[in-house]
Amino acid sequence: MSKSHKPGQLNPQNSFQDLILTLQQFWAAYGCVILQPYDMEVGAGTFHPATTLRSLGPRPWNAAYVQPCRRPTDGRYGENPNRLQHYYQFQAILKPSPPDIQQLYLDSLAAIGIDAKNHDIRFVEDDWESPTLGAWGLGWEVWCDGMEVSQFTYFQQVGGFDCAPVSGELTYGLERLACYIQGVDNIMELNFNGGEGERKVTYGDIFLQNEQEFSRYNFEIADTDRLLQHFRDAEAECQLILERGKKADHHESVLPAYDQCIKASHVFNLLDARGVISVTERQSYILRVRDLTKAVCTAWLETAGGRANV
Amino acid sequence: MSEFLLELFSEEIPAGLQGWAVKELEKLICKSLKEAGLKHGEVLTDYYGPRRLALVIRDVADKSPDISEERKGPRVGAPEKALAGFLRSAGLESIDQCEIQSNKKGEFYVAKIEKPGRAAADILGEAVREAVLHFTWPKSMRWGAGRLRWVRPLHSILCLLDGKVVPLEVEGIKSGKQTFGHRFMAPDALTIKDFADYEKKLATAFVLTHAKARQKAILEQAQKLAAKEGLELVEDEALLAEAAGLVEWPVVLMGKFDKSFLEVPPEVLTTSMKKHQKCFSLKDPKTGKLANRFLAVANLVAEDKGKAIINGNERVIRARLSDAAFFWEQDLKVPLEEMAGKLDNIIFHAKLGSQGERVERVAALAKELAPIVGAAPEEAERAAKLCKADLVSEMVGEFANLQGLMGRYYAQKQGESETVAAACEEHYRPQGPSDAIPTEPVSIAVALADKLDILTSFWHIEEKPTGSKDPFALRRAALGVVRAVLENGVGLPLSKLIETAQVNIIEQHDSFITWTPADPDQAKEDLLAFFADRLKVYLKDKGARHDLIDAVFSLDGQDDLLMIVRRVEALGVFLETDDGANLLAGIRRAVNILRIEEKKDKRSFVDVQPEEKRLQQKEEKQLFAAIAKMDKATGKALAKEDFAAAMKALAALRRPVDDFFDKVTVNDKDEKLRTNRLALLAQIRSATTKIADFSKIEG
Repeated sequence: MSKSHKPGQLNPQNSFQDLILTLQQFWAAYGCVILQPYDMEVGAGTFHPATTLRSLGPRPWNAAYVQPCRRPTDGRYGENPNRLQHYYQFQAILKPSPPDIQQLYLDSLAAIGIDAKNHDIRFVEDDWESPTLGAWGLGWEVWCDGMEVSQFTYFQQVGGFDCAPVSGELTYGLERLACYIQGVDNIMELNFNGGEGERKVTYGDIFLQNEQEFSRYNFEIADTDRLLQHFRDAEAECQLILERGKKADHHESVLPAYDQCIKASHVFNLLDARGVISVTERQSYILRVRDLTKAVCTAWLETAGGRANV
Repeated sequence: MSEFLLELFSEEIPAGLQGWAVKELEKLICKSLKEAGLKHGEVLTDYYGPRRLALVIRDVADKSPDISEERKGPRVGAPEKALAGFLRSAGLESIDQCEIQSNKKGEFYVAKIEKPGRAAADILGEAVREAVLHFTWPKSMRWGAGRLRWVRPLHSILCLLDGKVVPLEVEGIKSGKQTFGHRFMAPDALTIKDFADYEKKLATAFVLTHAKARQKAILEQAQKLAAKEGLELVEDEALLAEAAGLVEWPVVLMGKFDKSFLEVPPEVLTTSMKKHQKCFSLKDPKTGKLANRFLAVANLVAEDKGKAIINGNERVIRARLSDAAFFWEQDLKVPLEEMAGKLDNIIFHAKLGSQGERVERVAALAKELAPIVGAAPEEAERAAKLCKADLVSEMVGEFANLQGLMGRYYAQKQGESETVAAACEEHYRPQGPSDAIPTEPVSIAVALADKLDILTSFWHIEEKPTGSKDPFALRRAALGVVRAVLENGVGLPLSKLIETAQVNIIEQHDSFITWTPADPDQAKEDLLAFFADRLKVYLKDKGARHDLIDAVFSLDGQDDLLMIVRRVEALGVFLETDDGANLLAGIRRAVNILRIEEKKDKRSFVDVQPEEKRLQQKEEKQLFAAIAKMDKATGKALAKEDFAAAMKALAALRRPVDDFFDKVTVNDKDEKLRTNRLALLAQIRSATTKIADFSKIEG
């Protein structure tokens, strides 16, 4: 080990962690609060309360954070070069969406080494919808040389409520982006820490075992009866929290209730991966989670965070 | 006379909406101009792209004309209230401003309203503002803290009349004379004088505003690059239009992929490159086979001449084709029977059971109708059992448009007969009025069984198409039956086959259902009528006379589409002849007389037999004999479905009918004679009605 540990120049072109740090620096410089990942299993960065809940109500809000995401059905036991059941998203949420948000986004790409003089960057239509969040928005998938590197969405509704003002959500698919800028075909081969030789730690060094074990768990081991019970428990707990927190003119326990929504949603994803949910049941589970989210969002608008400054 | 130029500059608009949006703008703005009475010339609607919608209106008049209008008001001395109301509506202050005129009823007030014309800029500014505010996008959005809705955030409005800014403001966006060049190559603002200047300045700022010109540029570059490698572009108009909607300055680049991918069916490769990457495929003109090259359309003249862009696209294409190749290999490991077995787990419709059950019904029906179309029943059954299996394949899960085709490939690979393999693909045909029809007997059998089953099923659960709602494409299915039957010359006993299909469904389901299905007989009649409607639409499109179609459709028990059409054709030919035209007149005369007399007598002559002994005149006797002869001859001809012969037999009636009406008075004073003659006419009516209902024929 070297003696000094002075932070040096970040190099997102050969380090996964420097990619994250660079994006954090970029958005911090813009004025975002840099949050840490939410400490629960979520399917996308959008589930972080910093996006789902903060995108509702009139208060301005600018935040950025990295969020580990879990999509049990996408597990491939670490054998597919670009599909994982656990991966990272970097998310920036700007509310209200500033007029120059597209340029800001392009500047962030430049910061991580994608320069628009040599790369073909395109905004290709994409309508975003999350049935479980009762949310939708319009925007694009952003292509760089034919590869989708981000999703760019203007939130129109969350939990069934109109977003006013509208938030702009930028979601970077970190592994894919890193593969591209590092010139690597397999996520597991990504250089994680930027080290060379013996000091190099790859993505696979950290996550291959994780992918194998969780794929096994998600597809083979998870006890479905217990999961079904967890789903019902989370649903009941969410409803109970909302009921007890409701006061005449405000609500005082929304965030704990939202945690239960997140829990129910993840349990549903696990059940889906276990293949025990039929096509017709699927729809009804989605609707049950959505009902929870809607109730939570309704309550959120009755809290300090969701209301206008008085 | 001035030139008007409008450009709405926004963030990237979905490719498929750009051209449509300019046409909508034209509609909205021109409607406003028309209402305001502002005259104008040609409107250009070909200038649009990902970030801009432009509209040019030539020869705009300087102002709308002055209008003077006289409006009639209440009579002199009308109540105060009426007068006040009139003044308000005419925009006047005092009744003294009105003239008094008089007519037969007395004196009344007349308001003379003078509306001076308005300047073109005022009218246009308002028209644009209204158009932006009231534009209806299929999906629109808000952004920031604003209230305006547009397809994506709207940034600026360039609005010029004769070089001068037409002032307007929409939700904080003020019109001006500026636009912007290419996002990356020339992002600065450009000040525009007029349309010529707009096109020129944008071209130097790397924006080709003419949408068709972008398409042309892509095509030319693509063909040039292809030719350089001795290859040929696989042309695709939809892809071309889409690609042109994604770029402002197209730069076509060629990339490669590994030759080993060419083992995957070419349609899979082309679909994968097109759907996911909007890339064109290339083929070897000598062999017609796909080449391991692709063309990507970039939006940039890169400093490194596109090296990085090609490299990136090749990586993505490699990953995409690897996925496709993986699906192909995975699918080949699973026999089609096994895939077909999984259809049991896929719900087709809550009331109609699984896809697996549907396949069972289709197979039974295909087996039954196979002999009618000249197919071997076992082969038709086998094909039907496999034809939907690919729906559960990985490949069709990824690319739904490859359904059928993948089934064909997989069937071939597992050694099914070529006819069975072909039926897996062709049984979906025809998909519409211009799609190819299946022509191989086994394919025809499965196609007909598939469509008849879906139609009968939805009639069984009473979910028929209504108005514009036809989510299961039942009209298309019925038209498909019509086309497959007629264009292959197949006589199909529809009524019987519908009954069989009904039995299949009822046996599968009705023992445990909790809802009430349709009455089978009624459903069958209704479905036959639906077929009749589809057939009429089809025949009308082919230019057949609708009255002849009606004349044949009025006959009872017509369920063989081919026979109906043959009869319509024969009837058309017959009516073109001299005999036909004259006989038609004679039959009509007979029918008219009967109608009148039957009404008068309040009885029908249908069942009255003319008595031979009461036939007095020569012409009566001849007609009587001729009818009997004709009836026998047409009966024989119809039994053989020889409509030409039936028409010929019918023609023999012409002279006797003409002579009869020339010489014989039907309404004789002798009631017995009259009845006998009317009975004779009734015979003409009933005998000819076996061929067509002549009363429906026009002209």
